[in-house]
Amino acid sequence: MQLQLTQEQDMVVRMVRRFVREEIVPLEINLDPDTDQLPEEDSRRLKAIVQDMGLFGLGIPKEYGGPDLDMVTQTLISMEISQHRAGLYAPCYGVFGGAGLAQLFESSDVQKENYLYPTLRGEKRGFFGLTEPSGGSDPARAIQTRAVRDGDDWVINGSKIFISGADRADFGLVFARTSPDKGRGGVTCFIVDTDTPGFHVRRIVHTLRSAHYATELQFEDMRVPHANVLGEVNKGFAIANDRLSRQRIPYSAGCIGVAIKAHEMALEYSKIRETFGATLSSRQSIQWMLVDNEIDIQQAKWATLEAADLADRGEPFRKQAAMAKLVSTEGASRVVDRSMQIHGGYGVTKDFPFERWYREMRIRRIGEGPSEVQRHIIARDILGSSLR
Amino acid sequence: MGVRLEKPWLTLDPELVARLPGQLGVFQLANENREVVYIGFAGGQSLFGLKGELGNWLGRWPFFRIEVNMAYRTRCRELLMVHFSDHGAYPTENTAKETAGLGRLSVTAVPTIPIKTKEGG
Repeated sequence: MQLQLTQEQDMVVRMVRRFVREEIVPLEINLDPDTDQLPEEDSRRLKAIVQDMGLFGLGIPKEYGGPDLDMVTQTLISMEISQHRAGLYAPCYGVFGGAGLAQLFESSDVQKENYLYPTLRGEKRGFFGLTEPSGGSDPARAIQTRAVRDGDDWVINGSKIFISGADRADFGLVFARTSPDKGRGGVTCFIVDTDTPGFHVRRIVHTLRSAHYATELQFEDMRVPHANVLGEVNKGFAIANDRLSRQRIPYSAGCIGVAIKAHEMALEYSKIRETFGATLSSRQSIQWMLVDNEIDIQQAKWATLEAADLADRGEPFRKQAAMAKLVSTEGASRVVDRSMQIHGGYGVTKDFPFERWYREMRIRRIGEGPSEVQRHIIARDILGSSLR
Repeated sequence: MGVRLEKPWLTLDPELVARLPGQLGVFQLANENREVVYIGFAGGQSLFGLKGELGNWLGRWPFFRIEVNMAYRTRCRELLMVHFSDHGAYPTENTAKETAGLGRLSVTAVPTIPIKTKEGG
């Protein structure tokens, strides 16, 4: 693997870093410390700048109007756009756009007309509905939401939990069991309009996270046309699974970006803060914290970029993505914790971003597959099928 | 914590406001008929938290109630969405900017999945 950035990657990283530091960070001084939204006029202005940079719509293939960046470059950008207070769950407050529901790129022509293109034009919003109250780590077995064929429709009953954006969405991808006895081979993905009778957003699920709150959904005799099956009946789990592996790379990169920023702030503060007549940076106990930060960040970077590089080359990357997710979420949690400790009392106030990062980073060790599941994936890979 | 804020209404007067906590949280204001006219929050930039925010409303509406809550933004959004679900409109004092982009809740929906207890209930 080539560890040196190409000239183009280096230029993109510098441009994005400058954008974050000059355009996003200064705005946060006057925003509520828990916000995930910019004032509309700022959002419009910054989106225009990102479009001028040619980076709007990260993850969108070129044929659909996106910048068509390789995964390594996208990962490098993700490490930059999260380097601010809201960066973990609202990187640059969404002004870089995004692919949204990438699964729709594989949808039928009619589905693309009805859902994909309006989403790319910003006219529709979608949500991803996989996790259920019965569990999220093992979706193939945990899915209890049932879909039963009735003529040209499917009738769906069940519930979902920890679903982001469903209350504001126009449609969503809902995974339901269509063959009860087939395990992962019995799950189908449906595109569901949120104005369908029987679709309910029951409540907001309040968590440690400040941005993008989760919701709980309930489906009561919700009729969905067969034409809204995404892909094939009983092949929905592959759609979910592909997303889960691929998503772990930018998910890891976001954690690394926050860790880099927290570490940078801790380094600066340790050089100016004096105790007992000397700066914190002259104390060995603080130096070791900073060293450990540096090591955690470097190993997370290497693991994540390796997974991205494999994905770009079309090689299997499931194990490497799991390792990246594990190393980056756990390492970044430690970096934020140490940086907070170095800042002392200020570290836990809302005057600084550490308390928000500390809360939101905790979720990262659970979201997109908890650390234990990542270890399970890695173990299965290195031990082979005998683990099953 | 229920979806709705259902604590008793308190009189919005200087003496009571002075005794309020300086913590983060959400609040509702009501008119003489105890109808909600505003839903707001005391956030990380509010001076003196709930005490400071309610102080800004003294003399304008007769009643208020509060909920200390660190998740003040999501809780405030939830209360606004519940209000819309119940009344078909947002409280009259909330501006369009405050309610922009809010989602929909079906708070009247009845859960179909029973919550299991150790006793199997």
